[in-house]
Amino acid sequence: MTTVANRLPREFRPSRVHTGFDVEKVRRDFPILAQRVRGKKLVYLDNAATSQKPQVVIDAISRYYEEGNANIHRGVHYLSEHATEEHEAARKTVQNFVNAAQAHEIIFVRGATEGINLVAQTYGRAHVNAGDEVLITAMEHHSNIVPWQILGEEKGARLRVAPINDRGELLLDEFEKLLNPRTRMVGVTHVSNALGTVNPISRIVQLAHGHNIPVLVDGAQAVPHTQVDVQALDVDFYVFSGHKVYAPTGIGVLYGKTALLEAMPPYQGGGDMISSVTFEKTSYNKLPYKFEAGTPHVAGAIGLGTAIEYLNGLGIANMAAFEHEVLEYATEAISAVPGIRLIGTAAQKAGVLSFVLEGIHPHDVGTILDQEGIAIRTGHHCAQPLMQRFGIPATARASFALYNTKEEADALVAGIQKVREVFA
Amino acid sequence: MSDLRELYQDVILEHSKAPRNYRELPLANHKAEGYNPLCGDHFTLYVDLDGDRVRDISFQGSGCAISKASASMLTQMVKGKTKAEAQELFDKFLQLVKGEGNGNQAELGKLAVFSGVCEFPVRVKCATLVWHTLRAALEGKQQAVSTE
Repeated sequence: MTTVANRLPREFRPSRVHTGFDVEKVRRDFPILAQRVRGKKLVYLDNAATSQKPQVVIDAISRYYEEGNANIHRGVHYLSEHATEEHEAARKTVQNFVNAAQAHEIIFVRGATEGINLVAQTYGRAHVNAGDEVLITAMEHHSNIVPWQILGEEKGARLRVAPINDRGELLLDEFEKLLNPRTRMVGVTHVSNALGTVNPISRIVQLAHGHNIPVLVDGAQAVPHTQVDVQALDVDFYVFSGHKVYAPTGIGVLYGKTALLEAMPPYQGGGDMISSVTFEKTSYNKLPYKFEAGTPHVAGAIGLGTAIEYLNGLGIANMAAFEHEVLEYATEAISAVPGIRLIGTAAQKAGVLSFVLEGIHPHDVGTILDQEGIAIRTGHHCAQPLMQRFGIPATARASFALYNTKEEADALVAGIQKVREVFA
Repeated sequence: MSDLRELYQDVILEHSKAPRNYRELPLANHKAEGYNPLCGDHFTLYVDLDGDRVRDISFQGSGCAISKASASMLTQMVKGKTKAEAQELFDKFLQLVKGEGNGNQAELGKLAVFSGVCEFPVRVKCATLVWHTLRAALEGKQQAVSTE
C-alpha cells in the first residue's frame, strides 16, 4: 500500500489561533489594494504569480535611488560604502529569515528559476554523468523540470519523476523506490504552485540523504506562507523568489550548504566573482561573491530585506495561522458551488485554490471574474505535465496572500456564480 | 456586465455548447492542428477540398467558449466557399475581432457576433486560432498552428 504525507510538516503547522493579526490594517500597508479595476473593488487573488508590495518596500527602493545609489563592493567613496553595507545587511536579513548557518550561504540571484539553473549548471554539470538520474516529482513547476532536462540532454542523464495521487500528494513509497545508486540529485517543490500541496520536505531529505543524494527545494510558493528553517529541514539547496514574498521582481535567493557551494565551479564569469585575473589564470572570489558575477540588483536586495523585516514585524506564525483560516474558509465556500471540481485536495495545503467548472473553460472563468474586479490566473500554471496527470488542459487558480480576507473569498464565490449564470 | 454580454453572446454560448460539424472527416484531404499551449486550446480541422472549393469541413478538440464557437461557426461559413473566398472572410474576421474593421459587418454574416471580442484583446487569440488553422490546412502545412 502506498502512503501519503498525511502529517503536516512542522513548519506549516499553524498555531490554533492568530492573535492580533489585523488584516484591515495590513491591507492599508499595500497601496495597490485600494484601487478599483473595471469599476469594481480589486480582489487580487493571483499571489502565486506575484504578490503586491507594501509601502515600506516601495519606499525602501525609492530611498535607495534617491539617496543611496552607488555600485557596491569596490568603491572607496561614501555612497558605495553605504550601499555595500545595505546590500550585505539584506543578505544577513535573509540568512536569519531562513535560518542559514552562514551569511555567505545566501547567494542573490534573479529568482527561484535562476537559482535552480545555477545549481543544475554548476553542481549538476560537475556531478551528473551519462546514465545518472535526477529525481523530481510530478507536481514540479517547469522551472524545476527544464533545467534538469537541459543538463540531462548534455550529459546523457535521465529525469525520473515520482508520482502523486489524485489528491495531489506525493507518493512517498514510490519516491523512495526511485532512489537508487544512479540518482545524483533530488529536486522537489516545497509547495506546489498549481495545487497548493505542501510536501513533507524533512522526510524527503531523510530518504535522499539515506542514499547520500543532495536535495534542492523550490521554495517559491512556501516562503510567502511559512517560516522556513533550512537547517532544521537539512536541505542542501533552497531557492525562492523575492517578488512572491512582497519584494520586487528580479531578486531571489539560492541557499546552499557551504561545503557544496565551495566545491562547485562558478556559474557566470565577470566582475565581482574573481579575486584576481590575468590572461593566463583567474582565481575566483570567496562565497557568496563567486556566484554573483556583475553588478547585482542592489535595490532589489534592499527591497527583499525590507519585505522580510515587514513580515517579521507582523509575526510569521501569526500570518500563517490567519492565512490558513482564510484558505479553509474559501475552500469550504467554493466547494459548495455546483459543478465545481477542486484540483489539489491534499491534506496539507497552502495558499492555492485551483479548480475547474464543469462545461466551462478556465479562460472564460478568468475573463468573467476579471469583469468583477477579481484577478485570478487561468492556464497550466507552468506545470503542463501536472495538468496531463489530472487530464485537464488548464485550471482556474485563486491564490491567497496575507492581505486576502474572507470577504474576498465570498466575492470569488459570487463571481463564480456569475460565471455559471452567463453560461446557464 | 454589458461588455461581457457583448463577448458571450447567446449565439456564441450556444455554439460552444453544441458545436456544429463536430466530428472527424474520414474523406478529408486536408487537415491541420491548432494548439495554444498556454491556455490549452487544441483543435483539429478537417477539410475536404474539391479542387479549389471546400466540399466539406469539420473539427474536433477542446478549448474555451470563444475558440470553440469560432471553430463551429467557421465550419458553417466556409463550407462551399473557394479558398480565395475563405481567405477574404478570414481577413474581414480578423479586422472585426481586432476592432480594425470599417464597421461593415454585413459581409461577415453571423460571424458578426464576434464583434465583442475586440474589447477583450487577450481573447483575440482564442477567436482566431481556428482561422489560422484553416489557412494552414489549405496550404498543406504540417506544423501545428498557434496564436499565442
